[in-house]
Amino acid sequence: MPPPPNLDLSRRGVLATGAATAAVAAAPAGAAQGKPAMTADPAPLPVSLEVNGKVRDLSPDARTTLLDALREHLHLTGTKKGCDHGQCGACTVLVNGVRINSCLTLAVMHQGDKVTTIEGLGAPDALHPMQAAFIRHDGYQCGYCTPGQICSAVATLDEIKRGVPSHVSASLTDKPRATNLEMRERMSGNICRCGAYSNIAEAMAEIAGDAG
Amino acid sequence: MKAFTYERAASAPDAAARAASTPGAKFIAGGTNLLDLMKLEIETPGHLIDVNGLGFDRIEKTDDGGLRIGALVSNTDLAADMTVRRHYGVLSRALLAGASGQLRNKATTAGNLLQRTRCPYFYDTNQPCNKRTPGAGCAAIGGVARQLAVIGTSDACIATHPSDMAVAMRALDATVETITPRGETRAIPIADFHRLPGETPHIETALAAGELITAVTLPKPVGGRHVYEKVRDRASYAFALVSVAAIVHKNGAGRVAVGGVAHKPWRSEAAEAQLPDGARAVASRLLADARPAPDNAFKIPLVERTLAAILDETRAA
Amino acid sequence: MKFDTPAGDNPIDRMTVVGRPHSRIDGPLKTTGRATYAYEHHREAPTAAYGHVIGAGIAKGRIRSMDLGAARSAPGVLGIVTAREAGKLGKGDYNTAPLLGGPEIDHYHQAIAVVVAETFEQARAAAALVKVDYNRTPGDFDLAAALDKAPAPDEDRLGQFEQAFDAAPFKLDALYTTPDQSHAMMEPFATLAAWDGDQLTVWTSNQMIDWGRGDLAKTLNIPKDKVRLISPYIGGGFGGKLFLRADALMAALGARLVQRPVKVALTRPMLVNNSTHRPATRQRIRIGAKPDGEIIAIAHESSSGDLPDGGPETAVNQTRLLYAGANRLTSLRLAVLNLPEGNAMRAPGEASGMMALEIAMDEMAEKLGMDPIAFRVQNDTQVDPENPDRPFSQRNLVRCLEDGARRFGWARRNARPASVTDGRWLVGMGVAAAFRNNLNVTSGARVRLATDGRITVETDMTDIGTGSYTIIAQTAAEMMGVPLDRVTVKLGDSSFPVSAGSGGQFGAGSSTSGVYAACVKLREAVAGNLGLDPAEAVFEGGKVKGARRSAPLAEAAKAGELVAEDAMTWGDLDETYQQSTFGGHFVEVGVDRYTGAIRVRRMLAVCAAGRILNPVTARSQVIGAMTMGVGGALMEKLEVDKRLGYFVNHDLAGYEVPVHADIPHQEVIFLDEADDKVSPMKAKGIGELGLCGVGAAVANAVYNATGVRVRDYPVTLDKHLDRLPAVS
Repeated sequence: MPPPPNLDLSRRGVLATGAATAAVAAAPAGAAQGKPAMTADPAPLPVSLEVNGKVRDLSPDARTTLLDALREHLHLTGTKKGCDHGQCGACTVLVNGVRINSCLTLAVMHQGDKVTTIEGLGAPDALHPMQAAFIRHDGYQCGYCTPGQICSAVATLDEIKRGVPSHVSASLTDKPRATNLEMRERMSGNICRCGAYSNIAEAMAEIAGDAG
Repeated sequence: MKAFTYERAASAPDAAARAASTPGAKFIAGGTNLLDLMKLEIETPGHLIDVNGLGFDRIEKTDDGGLRIGALVSNTDLAADMTVRRHYGVLSRALLAGASGQLRNKATTAGNLLQRTRCPYFYDTNQPCNKRTPGAGCAAIGGVARQLAVIGTSDACIATHPSDMAVAMRALDATVETITPRGETRAIPIADFHRLPGETPHIETALAAGELITAVTLPKPVGGRHVYEKVRDRASYAFALVSVAAIVHKNGAGRVAVGGVAHKPWRSEAAEAQLPDGARAVASRLLADARPAPDNAFKIPLVERTLAAILDETRAA
Repeated sequence: MKFDTPAGDNPIDRMTVVGRPHSRIDGPLKTTGRATYAYEHHREAPTAAYGHVIGAGIAKGRIRSMDLGAARSAPGVLGIVTAREAGKLGKGDYNTAPLLGGPEIDHYHQAIAVVVAETFEQARAAAALVKVDYNRTPGDFDLAAALDKAPAPDEDRLGQFEQAFDAAPFKLDALYTTPDQSHAMMEPFATLAAWDGDQLTVWTSNQMIDWGRGDLAKTLNIPKDKVRLISPYIGGGFGGKLFLRADALMAALGARLVQRPVKVALTRPMLVNNSTHRPATRQRIRIGAKPDGEIIAIAHESSSGDLPDGGPETAVNQTRLLYAGANRLTSLRLAVLNLPEGNAMRAPGEASGMMALEIAMDEMAEKLGMDPIAFRVQNDTQVDPENPDRPFSQRNLVRCLEDGARRFGWARRNARPASVTDGRWLVGMGVAAAFRNNLNVTSGARVRLATDGRITVETDMTDIGTGSYTIIAQTAAEMMGVPLDRVTVKLGDSSFPVSAGSGGQFGAGSSTSGVYAACVKLREAVAGNLGLDPAEAVFEGGKVKGARRSAPLAEAAKAGELVAEDAMTWGDLDETYQQSTFGGHFVEVGVDRYTGAIRVRRMLAVCAAGRILNPVTARSQVIGAMTMGVGGALMEKLEVDKRLGYFVNHDLAGYEVPVHADIPHQEVIFLDEADDKVSPMKAKGIGELGLCGVGAAVANAVYNATGVRVRDYPVTLDKHLDRLPAVS
């Protein structure tokens, strides 16, 4: 028999919850735990975003992430929810030209921002060159991480062009190049469980070659 | 995620005052860690103060030849800053070793310092955790501890601090600048910023309620070879098993801070004084008081061997 | 149509469309975000409410009480379903533990309630207000300990293993362990459920439409024909989505309660313990050989655990077939564990078994002083070792290994471990055989010829990233003699004929065979309409050519659409012939001599799997499997808290799977084969073969680099660090 759960060993009686998370700045969050449930949610907050070139006015719940605003409010379901915790990259979109995880940011924090999703990059009859390269090199299988991979791939080549260094750059001060190693490191925030990595790298290499 | 009210801060003093006077208030900047934890109700702020508009997004030289990094500078921008790349390479390297491109684009300098532990028991609200509920007990002790701390632990907590950036900041003797709810500014040496768990693992930093980080400053460059070695099972996008930030000079002297081993970046001036004697001398001094669990005892030789790599490569360079 | 004699020449042999490297026909939709997955059917259910599932907070015990009051009165909440509200439920044929727990709790994060609200945010917040009081009872969570009280193993024997092993001049006796692993597919379990009276429609993410349909009906105690399952795109499954899971059940229960469509996605931190996993194994392998390398005794005994009434991980399958040897013993032992349900994950049995067996072969080769490829070649067999009258339908293992060796530069490998360095890296090469059985499953399809000559295929087959859409279109195009773009493929809907589904690498061969059968029927109807002899008619270029006349294919449908439906069923050719797939995996790794960190530098797989229906999608299956193999070798492990009884690292930060940086360029070679004993397509499965053996090839390469043998997966740096050369 394994030992029984042994977790009351250091129970010290519950302290006042007051100081629970003082470490993370501001006032203690733990205080909220003792409060009764709200009977009504706070009023929605208006926010205006430019999504794929179109201004979209929303009044989401303050808790609504940019990801859920895109998927559930604007029905732009190309941006995927894989983990909802910044651990997979399926939700990658470009905000003001820079890639981010749309699951870890609130829609209300993007007033006036320009958001580009996979739908904004291209359409089946008007593919973005990166989308076409993914098809040519079979850089996807189940397709679920694919929009995030493609958004990230577009942004990665731009980051290399702008000279942003990476973990694998041999020199911090030289201009990085779009080598296989550089692209793989920079794409590592986009998990593909089907394992299309080798093909994605080839699709990106083709586009990087075209570009430069 | 509990419901909350939301405001965009008008000014730093105002934000700090509002945070101190509003029950359950928290600042949000990048949000990459806070929202993650709010979804799990590990963080449950009743009010969010969005500080993104406060303009702390510049990197500028200080009068004494150092660098002042705005609290809101993104991890990407900080790592890519040419002054940082040239003169504080260990900081660039540490940032680039952390998280992913997407996360670094959003994560801020202050937020990175304030990251909370990745202890899996902290992340599971079904399990007792003294960080989440002081006095509840610690499920990590006696549990799965491969990722967890080996030194500076207590009977209440064996969590590690997950930041890479903070380890480099510790090696660089950074200073955290804040504004208090009363509108005063304060400078906190990085060594004093993060706390050991002790009996109060829920208190993780020296910040007071409502206190807002405005910048992190670095002293003038110290030269030397800057290295950040991060050891992990997969090649990228993973938290460190251990990491070593080092600045090594030609004469063999230098600085060493270690990540992945403690509740804060781990550095000892007495240990790094042994650098000319080699990695074993430094590591055995640095980790002399380690109390590892069976599944993380490997971190102790791993620190030594990682430092040995740095010293060998520095000699060869 | 029944396949019971080896295939003769047939239209597929033309290989004008089949066998060609066509890019996926679903590519434009997937790469532009227009393919709709389970949670994304806004058009079908614009008023859907949101369900949030609550998982049990203990591993084993009983719910004493649940306080739903605060949650019920929370903003936006429409209803809450627990076991009490759900009433008496059945249990699906393919589920071990009930999907809705309460009051009894069978495993951690077993679903105990769904909270339905107007918005996602409201449902999630309200779910956190549900207070549950548990009575925790002790459970068994430690495999090694639980085996002490497990029943005796099931054994298969041939000859006198013990005597032969004892007498063998060269012997290996070693224990290998593999950990629990998680499918970790990118799309979480997700379902949209809508009731129309007593008719239930679920848009879900499921590999096996008919199993899911049957089990959902059975669980809800309603007739199967009242359930429709729709699953056109599936964001990965790897065996995790073979079965009805809690998302579908809870969405259906929630929708019934609130009288409105409800959608549910399991959260990432919950789905690991809520669903199934590949069970951990402990595998003892003994090999006895003569000095020339001939194996005279081989034993493989595997133990694993599962919930009561569960099954073992069949990790010894391949050992019964892969190598010769007169004296043989294989056995499976099953312990009861109260961890979440163990079940199929990509290549169940062989994936874990080959991880162990192929290290053992490497170790044995070293003991014999033989090259590990030569040792395998020496013990190749062209017949079932347990039944010499039963040949393999086709077996080119030796060619896979020898071709691979040439391609990979195996001759450059230094057989003495720890003798090659590259800067701070210790460099090693490893090899392993790949082996996985071919299976055939009954598979049906309907094929339509429209008045404009377009072909539409309908089958409940699924495409989980495997390329089913494309290879089915290729099959229909080849059979009907039309270009690929004249074929539409509709998959994943229970209103279509029941297919093999996606599992056990039987999907490609079986489902295309079903399409073949339906196309044969359609060809007969076409020929009949055109007044041609079906036996002589040639379908090509959009035309049908008979002995005397030729007509456009569309002409056959001028009076109206022609529809044909059939299924492929299977005779006993799999008894007459052992049908398997083979390969060789080659890996080069670097091990950081300071930190012990392991990185893969090169990978090659050579595969023999019959006809390759589409080299593009087949290659992707193999590189994907090789990637998963790297994960299994070097990082993937569900960490068990043996006190609390659950997998601790239950998210994608804690459970590490390979990322881009882990995977170098991968090479795949297919031998040019066609296996007429397996199906009219002459093609065998490939999706799992690519995984079987990769882990061992990596582990063997690590050993070659370091000289430290690690028999406990994953091979992580902490397991060899203390035996690496000193550095300071």
